[in-house]
Amino acid sequence: MRFAVIQFGGSNCDRDAHYVLSEICGVDTDLLWYKAGLPRAYDAVIIPGGFSYGDYLRAGAIAARTPVMKDIVAHAGSGRLVLGICNGAQILAESGLVPGVFTINAYPAFICREVCLRVDQTASPFTSLYRPGEVIRIPIAHKEGRYVAPEKVLGELSTEGRIAFRFCSPEGELTPESNPNGAMENITGILNREKNVLAMMPHPERASELILGSEDGKKVFLSMIAHIERSGNA
Amino acid sequence: MMFLATITIGLKEGMLDPEAKAISHALGNLGFPTDDIKTERVFLIRFDAADHRDAEEKARGMCERLLANPVIHHYEIEVRR
Repeated sequence: MRFAVIQFGGSNCDRDAHYVLSEICGVDTDLLWYKAGLPRAYDAVIIPGGFSYGDYLRAGAIAARTPVMKDIVAHAGSGRLVLGICNGAQILAESGLVPGVFTINAYPAFICREVCLRVDQTASPFTSLYRPGEVIRIPIAHKEGRYVAPEKVLGELSTEGRIAFRFCSPEGELTPESNPNGAMENITGILNREKNVLAMMPHPERASELILGSEDGKKVFLSMIAHIERSGNA
Repeated sequence: MMFLATITIGLKEGMLDPEAKAISHALGNLGFPTDDIKTERVFLIRFDAADHRDAEEKARGMCERLLANPVIHHYEIEVRR
């Protein structure tokens, strides 16, 4: 089993993701400069957080048009896993791998703090180790994270069970107060139709060790590893 | 032949414009109260095209494939020699 973490100019959570995967989860993981493309087959590709291309034009817009994304689209097309975290989520939305857009927060400030998330879909390769409706604590760190999509898309996401995470109160209620960036329907983690691509604004790699206050995010990676083991690709 | 496209990208009607809201607060503080303000972005792009129609076509391609995000943006194109 082998994971890849893609580094763009301006990625800054690449080493955190690599560290958590290789040191905490114990899985072979390559750090790949985007110009290298995907030089071999990987079981999972992580697009980490950061500010690729300085967020020029729109967050993720430039990185989404780099040649490595063609490799990542093909990788996803073969059913293997892609996880985009924060800037990685913005890149996945800009590349069309997931619908909608993560745009400037309703109150246009950079927000960096722990938030509560409700796990709304556990039948996915990224969330299978959570309990349905479980409330978890994971930090966010973004200014362009407000999820926006047309009504029709929101309806499809809901009926097809493609909403992985929503911002919620500590009790698991979806309130405006618990929605830090004004995202539509509190959405902050969405799956593609086949559920092998997840785009999420919160940072699970920053919540994977108790010494950092929470290890609630670790199950995202462990779920991915369990899925790959189950599929027999390991 | 060379053409100059003036491309204006703005938010679709009804989309929240948090930057405009923050700017309107600041304008109010300076004694210019307004509750109707929009922000748009203008790109001036010079490029080669066969004719006017081809230039418009190319400018539209730039908008749809990169400059605008169709989920939230509309765009206007003006092309001249």
